[in-house]
Amino acid sequence: MTSELDYLSRRVASGKLSRRDFLGRAAALGVAAPFANSLLSSAARAAGPVKGGTLKAGLVGGESTNSLDPALFMTQVPFAFGKCWGEMIVELSPDGKLENRIAEEIGSSDDAKVWTLKIRDGIEFHNGKTVTAEDVAATLERHSDEKSKSGALGYMKGIDTIKVNGKEVVLTLKEANADLPYLLSDYHLIVQPNGGKDKPDAGISAGPYKVKVNEPGVRHVGERFANYWQGDKMGHADQIEVVVINDATARTAALQGGQVNMINRVEPKIVDLIKRVPGVTIRNHSGPGHYVFIMHCDTAPFDNNDLRMALKLAINREEMLNKVLRGYGSLGNDFPINASYPLFTEIEQRKYDPDKAKFHYKKSGHDGSILLRTSDVAFPGAVDAAQLYQQSAAKAGIKLEIKREPGDGYWNEVWNKQPFCASYWGGRSTQDQMYSTAYLSTADWNDTRFKRPDFDKMVLAARAELDEAKRKQMYHDMAVMVRDEGGLILPMFNQFIDATGPKVAGWVEDPHQELSNGYALAKCWLEA
Amino acid sequence: MSSPVVKLVAQRIALGVLLLLAVSVLIFAGTQILPGDVAQAILGQSATQESLANLREQLGLNQPAYIRYFHWLGGVLTGDLGTAMSSGQDIATSIKERLWNTLFLAFWAAIVAIPLAITLGLIAVRYRNGWVDKLISGVALASTSFPEFFIGYLLVFYFAVQHQWFPAISTVYEGMSFGERLQAIVLPAAALTLVVLAHMMRMTRAAILNVMQSAYVETAELKGLSAFAVIRKHAFPNAIAPIINVVMLNLAYLVVGVVVVEVIFVYPGMGQYLVDHVTKRDVPVVQAVGLIFAAVYISLNIIADIAAIVANPRLRHPK
Repeated sequence: MTSELDYLSRRVASGKLSRRDFLGRAAALGVAAPFANSLLSSAARAAGPVKGGTLKAGLVGGESTNSLDPALFMTQVPFAFGKCWGEMIVELSPDGKLENRIAEEIGSSDDAKVWTLKIRDGIEFHNGKTVTAEDVAATLERHSDEKSKSGALGYMKGIDTIKVNGKEVVLTLKEANADLPYLLSDYHLIVQPNGGKDKPDAGISAGPYKVKVNEPGVRHVGERFANYWQGDKMGHADQIEVVVINDATARTAALQGGQVNMINRVEPKIVDLIKRVPGVTIRNHSGPGHYVFIMHCDTAPFDNNDLRMALKLAINREEMLNKVLRGYGSLGNDFPINASYPLFTEIEQRKYDPDKAKFHYKKSGHDGSILLRTSDVAFPGAVDAAQLYQQSAAKAGIKLEIKREPGDGYWNEVWNKQPFCASYWGGRSTQDQMYSTAYLSTADWNDTRFKRPDFDKMVLAARAELDEAKRKQMYHDMAVMVRDEGGLILPMFNQFIDATGPKVAGWVEDPHQELSNGYALAKCWLEA
Repeated sequence: MSSPVVKLVAQRIALGVLLLLAVSVLIFAGTQILPGDVAQAILGQSATQESLANLREQLGLNQPAYIRYFHWLGGVLTGDLGTAMSSGQDIATSIKERLWNTLFLAFWAAIVAIPLAITLGLIAVRYRNGWVDKLISGVALASTSFPEFFIGYLLVFYFAVQHQWFPAISTVYEGMSFGERLQAIVLPAAALTLVVLAHMMRMTRAAILNVMQSAYVETAELKGLSAFAVIRKHAFPNAIAPIINVVMLNLAYLVVGVVVVEVIFVYPGMGQYLVDHVTKRDVPVVQAVGLIFAAVYISLNIIADIAAIVANPRLRHPK
């Protein structure tokens, strides 16, 4: 009983359970109200960050080919370890706003073309040097250079000049962009001494942990950086460790066996089993990631909007959400934006409607079966999802033929090449980023071949618009256009499902990425 | 030692070297026909035509294949395995530690598995066709028939999750003490032992039973020697050649066939290293690892051959 009460009081302290509910549960356990109240206050006192200990994470997404060069980060382990040792110019805060880090202040000219970053005083790199405006400028320069092969290159190309003016960095853009601060929160843009131009993979920045061990594909260890500039907020454990565990079963076993304190990517099908393990807490949160079926709008038969509409209406979203994601997700509505974006607006939910689908299918004049390509790597459960789709479409008289492609080479040979296939998107932090990456006529990754000059104009106009209300309306119109005329079939948004072991406290829910946007190791602590 | 043996041994070694050279050609050709190329694999989803062309140029992928082969072979012979395309690290340095880990695991698995298999084989012969024999064979065959990932997960479930006697993951790293390392590899070593046990045990049993039919064994029995003494002194030495063969085959398997076990137990060995680089199309690494695996396999087979020759009195004492 005591452990149950302990558990409940910790839930209250971490905001998971209301005080009233707690007292009710305590009464049910036969505890008098005054005693329960005193328990609660001691839990709240204990809930402050505890310093010390080693916090370990067992994560999927690390290979022996990983590097500490932030420009080359691609998978989850470099991403999460990077958040431990790296410091950003600006970061997305868990409530969807911006949190200034190395930049103390970010301002723009009225036309959103010239941006000024004021660099904060007194931030120190791990090597003892002070972070200067020159370092920030050099970092941005390096990531704008084709040679760095930076994952942020796409956005950085939009920057025309980077100048240092005392303690300020002044950026002039080629075209106005009201979202520039969001772009600067890209996880590749870790500020390094002299921008990392001397040694890109030195692993030195100004984050809460110093790189102590770096064995790519095996483990990464960081030790607390004593001079971290906001040590009260992050860096509670003395040491953090990322162990690469790519096998899902091994990851779960390591959490259960107590070798690690947290893991990422719990498979939806085992969440309900893991939940029952004493001490383990499932941390699931919806984000911008989504699973999709994509049609090329410029390739027959998908160049016919009636056929596209028929296929959109012939998918049973709720069934797919329940069977493939076991409910750990939310319904998609055929445009790539959901509530995790700051300027999201609701649009009427599209439903499974075999009759309407039949109508549009007939109108399109198409006859015969339609080939849908899928693969295990397209998204977890993509093969099952395709089969569900086949069944729901059959009820509307549409015959889908499913081809299971090998996972090896799927992203080179099928995705963005074949006219109809399964895929996924991790999402972006702003609508502009998402639409610019995959829906502009000129985008390399326009995987639905949605080429509409009127839409392109709307993207550019919205990007330059500083009035939030007007912008919201523009994004609403764009979403409607993609939803009703595009080649995207988006049945569901997935959730990040992480799990923590006993004694892990301080978890922050963050809609942007898994593991509290990568900060779980830096923000959590171990209770005594 | 007489000359026919020396000649035979020399022949075997020469054949081995030739074979290794042939394997190197095969490995090189094989990596060339993998779908996609390394530039595409490095850039992944973010590949554009421009960046692909630049990277191909930079990595020298535009040269003809045979020139790249001789270039590579020359490097290998001088101990230079090149640098990994995906991470830019020196391959020889990264492989050294991985190879050492793999050998460490294989060594301890072998230390347990080989004596255990042979002893069990001897016991099975002693009590042949009785319930002891059937029990040993049955259990050993069952453990071999299960896929190794199944055995691995069973061990993890029972010893790591239910009882927490041993860690579920076997990550080893520099700075770990010898004892800690041993504790970390208990489960994978046990899984490997169970996988290779039956093959060696059954072979020992069959080889000795074969010899047991011979006249001199009967003589020994008639002299009044105990059953174990007959097996140990008369049957076993004469059955050693096939046993060594199968032991060597299994040793080779312990080094080159542990990919699945390494993945399940998150053990940083060669198998995991190879898998990572295959998915990245990191051709130089795949070639280097392939060559090392081939070398291990071929040399263990040569040792088995030589041991069989040396153990065979008819070859040692030609008429």
